[in-house]
Amino acid sequence: MLINAEALDHRALNDRIREAEEPCQITHCRGQRFIAAGMGEKKIGIDGIPGNALGAYLNGATVTVNGNAQDAVGDTMNDGEIVVHGSIGDAAGYAMRGGRILVKGNAGYRAGIHMKEYREKVPVIVIGGRAGSFLGEYQAGGKIIVLGLDGGPIVGDFPCTGMHGGKVLLRSDCTNISFPAQVSAKTADDADLAEILPYVSEFCALFGYETEQIMRGPFTVVTPDSNNPYHQMYVSN
Amino acid sequence: MMKKEGQIRIPSGCAIAAVISKEGERMSGRPIMDAMRPMHDRSNGLGGGFAAYGIYPEYKDFYALHFFFNERATRKSCEQFLKERFEIVKSEIMPTRKIPAITDEPIIWRYFVSPLRSVLASLQLDEKEFVARTVIKINTEMEGAFVFSCGKNMGAFKAVGFPEDVGAFYKLEEYAGYAWTAHGRYPTNTPGWWGGAHPFTLLDLSVVHNGEISSYDANRRFIEMFGYQCNLQTDTEVITYIMDYLLRIQGLTPEEAAHVIAAPFWSTIEKRPADERERLTYLRTVFSGLLVTGPFSIVVGFEGGLMALNDRLKLRSMVVGEKDDKVYIASEEAAIRVMEPNVTKIYAPAGGEPVIIKVKEGRF
Repeated sequence: MLINAEALDHRALNDRIREAEEPCQITHCRGQRFIAAGMGEKKIGIDGIPGNALGAYLNGATVTVNGNAQDAVGDTMNDGEIVVHGSIGDAAGYAMRGGRILVKGNAGYRAGIHMKEYREKVPVIVIGGRAGSFLGEYQAGGKIIVLGLDGGPIVGDFPCTGMHGGKVLLRSDCTNISFPAQVSAKTADDADLAEILPYVSEFCALFGYETEQIMRGPFTVVTPDSNNPYHQMYVSN
Repeated sequence: MMKKEGQIRIPSGCAIAAVISKEGERMSGRPIMDAMRPMHDRSNGLGGGFAAYGIYPEYKDFYALHFFFNERATRKSCEQFLKERFEIVKSEIMPTRKIPAITDEPIIWRYFVSPLRSVLASLQLDEKEFVARTVIKINTEMEGAFVFSCGKNMGAFKAVGFPEDVGAFYKLEEYAGYAWTAHGRYPTNTPGWWGGAHPFTLLDLSVVHNGEISSYDANRRFIEMFGYQCNLQTDTEVITYIMDYLLRIQGLTPEEAAHVIAAPFWSTIEKRPADERERLTYLRTVFSGLLVTGPFSIVVGFEGGLMALNDRLKLRSMVVGEKDDKVYIASEEAAIRVMEPNVTKIYAPAGGEPVIIKVKEGRF
């Protein structure tokens, strides 16, 4: 079903998506915020530019954007999948707690800020291009994978600042990247690579890359140094 | 009576957009007004405004003073004050259209003026300094009179309302400029009133701003030492005076000014090549009181150009797009796509990395 978003504000647009029983394709999208917020069990395609907080609190729906997306994609999403065939703005996956975000192009600043995980709920972000500064800021869980497929510096300044859980995997030897003292960056081992293989395979299937070639790496894995890397930094805890 | 800026604090985003033609081609106000529509929800109707460059070619040698007056008597006494200092070549009510969305407008007046040579000679001031001082004096001392624009061949247009309505109110589709900036306001600390809407201007300089400056008072104390008066207790005003001080008084380039207000961290400066390190250290040390901290994305307009800049941590969004000789800037990509659906290059500048666009020499 086609939904022309030209004359719809974010509320009316989301009402139309909720009413739609079959998969829907939004056309002429122009910055409407909160598209698919909180939705489960839906397939939504978007032509045009979705507004901020696309798929906020997403709860199982699949959202595919055929271009770029703006800030805060998948804010606090719980389940489902957001696939972006272009690039995304700042703060993607903010406080994300489940599901997947796969981006063909680049991500802005602060991708995966405050991401978390609990038991089987492990959120994953895969970025095909480069990530901006403060990647994985205050990350508490989940996985962030950056592939650097278009060349250029794979990540901006200050990656993993305040990280205290989860993993960041960068397809680079990271020789020119400085990480904070509270995290450790190592060459990924076989177990790390096995862990990301399903997500990289999905990325390659979606965007037309060779999994085998990309998995050759080299990959660097970044994790917090211990269970309590900020011990006594603020208070004795 | 509604309290004004500075009398009350309301803790609470904003939308900015801009377009410039490097060839100096003059564009109507229509595209920039339309660009504000998809960002409607970023503002709350308490302020909207535009700055336009190249709009008064027939009066390009005169300062265009845009005024708000609270009543007729104020305008009369202010006009007397102006006549003692300027030759007024044109005086007219600002053309506006009545629309339901814009109410309670003050008296909006426009003068085209030239400072009297005899006054300049006796004060031993250059023309720009004299105009700046006079405007600051009016805004500080003259109750009920407010100059909201005072540059040559440019003008600010602002009001309480949503930006798209403010543009319609001022009939901006009838103007043609080589550069436009726009703002939709969501006041964070102060109530909305006509003078408090963006852009803030001094001479040909204008600033639209999304964000909130945590260094406001430190910046204010520094800049007021040089004769500026921050009357509106709104953070954007101080950025305008800082930029005027750095560009006009100190003679810095826009790029150098950007490295003062959004100076890189010392840890970042240390990693730069020696000559650059020296330059950045100099700027950060000499003008330490003008470092602007807290989240901001701004577009600074000046004669013949624009500069877009984010705070060094990039706590606000900003996207830049290009097509042929046009450069587009906005808080959201959707706004750029409204102005130019087929934009060829689109990118988000890093925090503290200025994007400076100048019109070709001789084309403005």
